[in-house]
Amino acid sequence: MASTIRVRATSSGETTEVQALIQHPMDSGFIKDSKGELIPPHFIQQLTFEYNGKPVFVADWGGGVSKDPYVKFAFKGGKKGDELKVSWVDNKGATDTTTAKIQ
Amino acid sequence: MTRTDNGFSATRRLVLQGAGAVALVGLGNLPFGLTQAFAANDKYPEEAFKQKTEADAIKSLYGRTAEASDKVKMDAPEIAENGAVVPVSVSTTLADVTSISFLVAENPVALVASYKIPAGTMPNVANRIKMAKTSNVIVVVEAGGKLYSATKEVKVTVGGCGG
Repeated sequence: MASTIRVRATSSGETTEVQALIQHPMDSGFIKDSKGELIPPHFIQQLTFEYNGKPVFVADWGGGVSKDPYVKFAFKGGKKGDELKVSWVDNKGATDTTTAKIQ
Repeated sequence: MTRTDNGFSATRRLVLQGAGAVALVGLGNLPFGLTQAFAANDKYPEEAFKQKTEADAIKSLYGRTAEASDKVKMDAPEIAENGAVVPVSVSTTLADVTSISFLVAENPVALVASYKIPAGTMPNVANRIKMAKTSNVIVVVEAGGKLYSATKEVKVTVGGCGG
């Protein structure tokens, strides 16, 4: 299966800007389907970005984050060609991981 | 004799355990030290994501209250046409930022997202959040062990949390 994570990491020399877009329903557990039944909660709880084996950004998410979540941040350092590891885990225990080359 | 000794020490142990449990329960309200150490680890803050009000969520997450600061700059729309996708970003000139959290006061669960900012990561975050209805959006920045916040009302024409 194709990765659910799309990442773009761009180095400006001093800092690296990271944008990530993840495919996930992010069901909060408060919305009803067409039959009027609550859709059970299903959302990413933790999203981690690692560079050189160290976390550079950790997101703790609830069901209030939009479907197919997007996040942008930047960190000092990061060289072109280096790898950034991105992984998430949701409330049902599902996970996905990818690595992106810094551009 | 031995029996009474055992009985005594067992009771004492129970009392001690009880005290330990009380101390643990009380942790959420402790303003200093301990909570900071807990906030620094990578554990998912399950309890904070169960709180209904923003004040309870902030207390559960950080163990103290935030003060409004003009050094926390929030960028959010005045009016969101679609409450399911509201772009909100924050930046700050505060030093030693360790975490940034986003809350929506009128959502069924106030806490939306909480980001850990390790040393070397910039205190700027952009994300997209859901809003059930018109509400205050609150951003909390933890910097140098203190909490600073910015609040902005976002009008929602179509809610994103109630269907």
